[in-house]
Amino acid sequence: MPSAEIAGVTVDVNEEGYLTDPGQWTRAIGEAIAAELGIGPMTDEHWKVIDFLRKDTAEQGQVPSIRRIKKTGDIPTKELYALFPDGPLKKSTKIAGLPKPASCI
Amino acid sequence: MKQLVILGAGTAGTMMANHLVRKLDGNEWALTIVDEHSTHYYQPGFLFIPFGTYDEKDVCKPKTAFIPKGVTHMQEGIDRIAADDNEVHLKNGDKLAYDILIIATGAKIVPDETEGMLGDAWRRDIFDFYTIEGAKALRERLKGWKGGKLVVHLNEMPIKCPVAPLEFTLLAEAFLTRQGVREQTEIRYVSPLSEAFTKHNCAVVLGDMLDDRRIEFVPDFMCERIDSESKKLISYDEREIEYDLLVTVPTNMGDPCIERSGLGDELNFVPTDPQTLQSKAHENVFVIGDATNLPSSKAGSVAHFQADVLTENIQRYIAGQPLDPGFDGHANCFIESGHGKAFLIDFNYEIEPTEGAFPLPVVGPFKLLKETRLNHMGKLAFRWIYWNLLLKGHPMPGISTKMSMVGKRIGN
Repeated sequence: MPSAEIAGVTVDVNEEGYLTDPGQWTRAIGEAIAAELGIGPMTDEHWKVIDFLRKDTAEQGQVPSIRRIKKTGDIPTKELYALFPDGPLKKSTKIAGLPKPASCI
Repeated sequence: MKQLVILGAGTAGTMMANHLVRKLDGNEWALTIVDEHSTHYYQPGFLFIPFGTYDEKDVCKPKTAFIPKGVTHMQEGIDRIAADDNEVHLKNGDKLAYDILIIATGAKIVPDETEGMLGDAWRRDIFDFYTIEGAKALRERLKGWKGGKLVVHLNEMPIKCPVAPLEFTLLAEAFLTRQGVREQTEIRYVSPLSEAFTKHNCAVVLGDMLDDRRIEFVPDFMCERIDSESKKLISYDEREIEYDLLVTVPTNMGDPCIERSGLGDELNFVPTDPQTLQSKAHENVFVIGDATNLPSSKAGSVAHFQADVLTENIQRYIAGQPLDPGFDGHANCFIESGHGKAFLIDFNYEIEPTEGAFPLPVVGPFKLLKETRLNHMGKLAFRWIYWNLLLKGHPMPGISTKMSMVGKRIGN
């Protein structure tokens, strides 16, 4: 399994740079990935999304859909796109140290 | 007598009634199936109606023709499931007590989830082909088509038969070519996904095919609303796509009775164990087909494979044995590509569609992930298989419930 040094810490990642162990994640790592993706600086609004993603994924065992982020996380989709342009779910999950959501079939 | 109740007499529910009436002891178990509708539609056939290949009569039969003797058929609406009381409340006010419940209430399109989709332009400029009414209305509109901007649009995943919008696009291209109006028509395929299909191997092949047919693929397009006056799709990131004719697959959701019962997720799909098909919330409630929240395709072939596993698990549950984690996400579908040809794909939760021969190695006769005429004949033959074998719970010839790796070329 590849690893990467992010924010001065060595973490396990997959070939696309997504953390494979959410337990290795820290906010500093989130900041660093966000900067690399051209997102930020991270505001309270950004962190609200990241915190919801991490909490919901831990509880549900899977990354939430955009619809669930709106309905359960109370984050309007328009705002999600404004905060994380060009593929908000792919980017926000990467920043949150979660797996890239598999497009359901 | 103990009561087993099946909600929904569509593909999955009807198959379960046919399986269980043969397996359960009729002196001990009473089987009841509830559905408010009287007509059983062969939904894969809707795809062919807009092009005049099939007519309404080719895709509908009475539900009663497929419900076996020994099963009580109630044509009644479902108000809600009171799972804590082991009761189903019907719309006529009656209550139906159960020892085991099977939810097979399916999924349906919900166009009013998208602002601007329903309204004056619905079935004038904006059409679906997931209902018999939509497919028939679209046929009339295509008859008079002289050219312009045709947009085929997928609103949100998951949907029933995830290949259908791509098949529609390819069939439309072939149809417009035959009608002599292809050169006057711009075709776009608009999707919230990053690729043409949910499975990467298949998306590459189909993406190339879109290029060859001069169909523009617009990825990552999450539709916020439709402006039906100026005829535009508008995305959350404020991109706009113009259309003259919009053929959309609206958001699909589980039945409203699931929401009324408090048993569903955000899309009214029931959280279900992906291998055993037991509902996560209640051990005597099982879920099959499009009603589940599983990451498997919402398609008849998938429900067919699930039915074998669920039949086994109902018997194990009754006998107090551990359930069989036997469902592997197996899906098997033909993909119509127009001009008399089709693809065939076979995949499960873990294994992506690959090249090879199916169901037998080398000889096939069907070719996986390749466009052939024989695959197209297979797709047309599937209608007979559906009415005569699949709904009645008979095995499909040569096709096993768990996906087989035999004949598949892995690693290319």
